[in-house]
Amino acid sequence: MGQFTPTPHDPDARGHFGPWGGRFVPEALIAAVDELAAEYDKARIDPEFVNEFKRLLKDFAGRPSLLTEAPKFAEHAGTRVFLKREDLNHTGSHKINNVLGQALLTKRMGKKRVIAETGAGQHGVATATACALLGLDCVVYMGEVDTERQALNVARMRLLGAEVIPVKSGSRTLKDAINEALRDWVTNVDDTHYLLGTAAGPHPFPLLVRDFHRVIGIEAREQILEKAGRLPDAVVACVGGGSNAIGIFHGFIDDADVRLVGVEPGGSGLDSGRHGATLTVGTPGSLHGAMSYVMQDEDGQITEAHSISAGLDYPGVGPEHSHLKDIGRAEYFAVTDAEAMEAFALLSRTEGIIPAIESSHALAGALKLGPSLGPDGLLVVNLSGRGDKDMDTAVEYFGLADGGQA
Amino acid sequence: MSLADVFATARAESRAALIGYLPAGYPSVSGSKDHLRSMIESGCDLVEVGLPFSDPVMDGPTIQAAAEQALSAGFRVRDLFDVVASVADAGGRAVVMTYWNPVLRYGVDAFARDLAAAGGLGMITPDLVPDEADDWMAASEAHGLDRTFLVAPSSTEERIAMTARASSGFLYATAVMGVTGARDVVASTAPELVARVREHTSIPVGVGLGVRSGAQAAEIAGFADGVIVGSAFVSAAAEGDGAVRALAADLAKGVRSAPAAV
Ligand SMILES: Cc1ncc(COP(=O)(O)O)c(C=O)c1O
Repeated sequence: MGQFTPTPHDPDARGHFGPWGGRFVPEALIAAVDELAAEYDKARIDPEFVNEFKRLLKDFAGRPSLLTEAPKFAEHAGTRVFLKREDLNHTGSHKINNVLGQALLTKRMGKKRVIAETGAGQHGVATATACALLGLDCVVYMGEVDTERQALNVARMRLLGAEVIPVKSGSRTLKDAINEALRDWVTNVDDTHYLLGTAAGPHPFPLLVRDFHRVIGIEAREQILEKAGRLPDAVVACVGGGSNAIGIFHGFIDDADVRLVGVEPGGSGLDSGRHGATLTVGTPGSLHGAMSYVMQDEDGQITEAHSISAGLDYPGVGPEHSHLKDIGRAEYFAVTDAEAMEAFALLSRTEGIIPAIESSHALAGALKLGPSLGPDGLLVVNLSGRGDKDMDTAVEYFGLADGGQA
Repeated sequence: MSLADVFATARAESRAALIGYLPAGYPSVSGSKDHLRSMIESGCDLVEVGLPFSDPVMDGPTIQAAAEQALSAGFRVRDLFDVVASVADAGGRAVVMTYWNPVLRYGVDAFARDLAAAGGLGMITPDLVPDEADDWMAASEAHGLDRTFLVAPSSTEERIAMTARASSGFLYATAVMGVTGARDVVASTAPELVARVREHTSIPVGVGLGVRSGAQAAEIAGFADGVIVGSAFVSAAAEGDGAVRALAADLAKGVRSAPAAV
């Protein structure tokens, strides 16, 4: 099955996955999302587009990414573990898959300017990279809090020629960066594409972002069959907005015996209220253009998410995940900051791979799931990104600068 | 009195209607009641009572800051109905302008019921398009409320026609592509958009986004049925009730100094 082949899991023509998704945006943006949907419908069946996308994934992003067994980490999980190495992609995370796809769509639409939001900075860096490659102007909105905890990525984006605008409103994190990007888009939509970085937002974003990331699951399925001779018992991924998770899930969605497990940021713990576990404890609502689970108070005001990981610090989630949760095809739970940081240190020490803190949530999820599967069990964990960008956080968390040891 | 009467009255006086916006709870719940009453006494034919929201993607810095201030002072959705009731009790006419999520959370039918009970006449929904509005269509019918959807310069003819059919009371034409905030000149896209709308509907058309002075109001009154002013009232409210009254009076003069459209 090809990456762009329509599936029985596609949304309806107006972007609904069951009761979720759709378009809750100002009328001023409808023409733009209609244009994007029409362009994507043409592109996904245009061999020229598909081949150019595949060529960039291979020759620029470095795909296929490896599937690496992690035996020493697995001793701690009590079950066999393989890692899908999205951290080895150019720019250091899965984000590049979606970015290359949307940047090519931008060129097809004849638009010259790209805007993006970013949390951890990985999506911003990937977008700035694709824009440098394809000759597009690039503006990245980033919450002021995130520009501080991900300073290295701010520098990378600027080096790549992007303008980085710190967002000072609201919680000054990812959700506010998206608000600001939407305001820019509604003002400049004639010549600007909003290159949304996760599988959320109004239709067609959840569909096309998912499709651009389906390559992760398609590769992983082939690789695990080759290396382990069977399908895994579960596929585990972290969930911020849900793009890396939906990408790997789709490779296995029709394999009924493969559990699809999403791991959310539990922050200081679900009881503390300081977390970003949208699917685990959120309620239905509309945020950033789609119906989905959201974190909100009883008045429908969106509440702030909290996570040590900037890329998961988001009170919403892509609508397809809400659907997969409701129909019981995927399951979601949260791990705390502390559990994620423990997994971060463990993988570094046991396997020589420093994961992103986002991805460390998936690893912590694997450590929780493993014992119930036992030594004959088999897990594929999506290692969505590498941890270089997180060194400042790690230095502070573990006191590494003062001779501390993780 | 219904929204249709508001526009009929203005039309009978050969002028456009003046519509002023202020968020409930800004600068405080009681302050917003006072200012909204002043807006009506000084010449607003209709007020839009805003519901402060945590993520106002259609709003520029002025209204964002006002919403943030209201929320951090503890504004609750139930205060909205209280503010609407105070306008209605004083003989004024009010609609609510709100992002969709708080309505969803409250329950669409319950929200419509409580708004109607407070004396509100309808609702403006900046991030709800008719395509997604089945629940609101039903609730507004059930509780006798008018529905104002928005059209934009980027709307296709087909969407303008569809949006006009779904609306009642008046249609909101956004003068420019952009977010709320006072601007110096009336965008050239505004008269064009209104002319396109008129080809599809006879429902009154209000024009908003960026209006702040009597002169601009006069210009818009030359081609639209209603002149909508938001950020400028928020800025005036920050200065005090005198500024709110002065602005309303200036705008009211503006809508009377141009021959009414149509
Ligand atoms: C490495 C990495 N993984 C995961 C995420 C979370 O995003 P998503 O849930 O869309 O995959 C991010 C976001 O910045 C990221 O940088």
